[in-house]
Amino acid sequence: MTELSAHLPQFQHGQLTENFPDTHLSNTNDNSERRRHDNSERRRNDNAESETNGQPQSNVQQVVEQDEEEDEELTLKYGAKHVIMLFVPVTLCMVVVVATIKSVSFYTRKDGQLIYTPFTEDTETVGQRALNSILNAAIMISVIIVMTILLVVLYKYRCYKVIHGWLIISSLLLLFFFSFIYLGEVFKTYNVAMDYITVALMIWNFGVVGMICIHWKGPLRLQQAYLIMISALMALVFIKYLPEWTAWLILAVISVYDLIAVLCPKGPLRMLVETAQERNETLFPALIYSSTMIWLVNMAEEDPEAQRKSKNSTSDKQAPASRTQNEDAEADDGGFSQEWQQQRDNRIGPIESTPESRAAVQALPSNSQTSEDPEERGVKLGLGDFIFYSVLVGKASATASGDWNTTLACFVAILIGLCLTLLLLAIFKKALPALPISITFGLVFYFATDNLVQPFMDQLAFHQFYI
Amino acid sequence: MGAAVLLGCAAIALGPAAALLLLTVAAEPLLLVLLVAGAFFWLLSLLAASLLWSVWVRLSGREDAALLPLGAAGAVLLQELCRKADEGLATLSEDGRSPISLRRMAYVSGLSFGIISGVFSITNILADSVGPGTVGIHGDSQYYFITSAFLTMALVLLHTFWGIIFFDACERRRAGGLGLVVGSHLLTSGLTFLNPWYEASLGPIFILTLCTGLWAFSTAGGSFRNVLKCLSCKGVSRSLRARPCSTRRCRCLRRGEGAMAPQLGTPAKAFTPTAPGEFVSVQFLGAFGV
Repeated sequence: MTELSAHLPQFQHGQLTENFPDTHLSNTNDNSERRRHDNSERRRNDNAESETNGQPQSNVQQVVEQDEEEDEELTLKYGAKHVIMLFVPVTLCMVVVVATIKSVSFYTRKDGQLIYTPFTEDTETVGQRALNSILNAAIMISVIIVMTILLVVLYKYRCYKVIHGWLIISSLLLLFFFSFIYLGEVFKTYNVAMDYITVALMIWNFGVVGMICIHWKGPLRLQQAYLIMISALMALVFIKYLPEWTAWLILAVISVYDLIAVLCPKGPLRMLVETAQERNETLFPALIYSSTMIWLVNMAEEDPEAQRKSKNSTSDKQAPASRTQNEDAEADDGGFSQEWQQQRDNRIGPIESTPESRAAVQALPSNSQTSEDPEERGVKLGLGDFIFYSVLVGKASATASGDWNTTLACFVAILIGLCLTLLLLAIFKKALPALPISITFGLVFYFATDNLVQPFMDQLAFHQFYI
Repeated sequence: MGAAVLLGCAAIALGPAAALLLLTVAAEPLLLVLLVAGAFFWLLSLLAASLLWSVWVRLSGREDAALLPLGAAGAVLLQELCRKADEGLATLSEDGRSPISLRRMAYVSGLSFGIISGVFSITNILADSVGPGTVGIHGDSQYYFITSAFLTMALVLLHTFWGIIFFDACERRRAGGLGLVVGSHLLTSGLTFLNPWYEASLGPIFILTLCTGLWAFSTAGGSFRNVLKCLSCKGVSRSLRARPCSTRRCRCLRRGEGAMAPQLGTPAKAFTPTAPGEFVSVQFLGAFGV
């Protein structure tokens, strides 16, 4: 159990990405540039006209500037909207973890350690404890690095079936086994009498719907809810089985690793993202939380070879958010019944959309898309980020002497870190590590609040002084 | 009784803040981001203040509460410093092109300071109020929970008002306004040192809250006449007459097509409204940060 459970996070601590610009979707900057380009073209035309009509040029310039201002406004507004689209799930995950930690004592009870952290922290001297925790963290990080490299190698050599199998086993474990344990502990805490048959039914339904939502298709909100739940479950496992100093060290080291893995040219996660981009595929839906449906305009690909390839690779194209399926476009009729097709043929003649015609339509300049693009485009966050944020806040609420103050301070720190990361994402427009800034702020605030702020606030509250 | 006290005190302390949050901030993503940023600044100030206090305690070698007033004063000053930093950030990011006016940002900044300081003051107390325990078993006041809740509510509202006044004073470069904000914050903190003599602390603090609220309202451009006009829903502009006012609340008075957005950086009184109704709605809503 413990073996497989640890497999999951290694390739989940991921990167923060936006939907990348492909040939047909474009992100905000390109939009505004295109608009500005269109506007400047318009202005050139108007200038040419004005020579003949004698119209003033100033109002045209005002129009251009106004459009630029509107673009900036839109960027700011949609930037904030994307930030909130990530604040909400991160907050929900943390709330679930903190609520569980505060109520269910199972997750704060010490019941041994994972095999990845073999050295105990119940030592006589502080030095021994520090050494043990450093060794534990080193082992854990090396396991994570090895797993990540293995994943990237498998992805590069297109062993999609292996990856898919690995992901399915991990999700099965999380959705069935861990949630069964969680449910059992919640029932024990609230002293609820329950029979095995009901539990079996509940867990079966929960698990199967979860597998379908995560690995195949499902309503977006349900998929997001399941991803949040499995992140929370994983975080709870870490909080339970990682001893204290080891946990803090692992958090610190993994944010450094995240930074290296995503930003260095030979970093495994960067190679993963770049390979996915080259192949024009989405990354595994089981590992990434996406805030919107990905309306992939180019899913109906004009390349027949790619279509054949995608029919074989079951995992990657089946992003549950994708509506137009190219791999089973030929298999089913896409919901159009025979009568409907006959009716259509009677009205407008027998016209079938072929890949060539679709490509021709898509090649038309689509200016109308730009208005709804910023709303449709979402932002993605790896599940590993959810997990480690929740581990930080959960550990803060479990072990801090400042209790709620420390938890709240860590929560705000992580949100601000996420906000800054998204700001950087808007500036740089490439995959960025989401862990470093948030975890740094979180750790700084945890230790500062626990050691400095808590005594101060405690004294003030004792005398009922307010600042 | 524990859960009842918990819910009651939570509602008293954080109810107004939650209502303000839900009604005015929750729908706007940008304001939510500003809220979290403001909370972060307050936390920084608290961190600095606690650091200062620990260093003081360590240096003076005394463990008793004699240094607390100094520590509290330091905390107040650092909070106002961080409010200035927040104002700097808001002015920087606003620069005439953002969809949110500086006044709204002032309101959200004040609200964020209020919420985070209120939450920090009251959450541990609320967690303890679930029980089991006896209030004031060693001879302390029995009204600890309820007075803490009321003090927290007053503080939340005060921070909101101070935010509005502070930003306005910074904008108009009036040192008097700044000084008064800092002074009233120090006064509030000082009054809490009179606890548990609640008549001397709670009463004046609530009077102070009311006065500061009226001051903030008039700073944002409101006046008694505006309130009357708004409540009677009179003076609806021509552009809005087509849409019947379904409620008596001012939310039905929205800025019509012809309204001029208040110029950023100039006081609200300076702009000429298109119709009395527009003026009323914008001022009223502006005073309350909507």
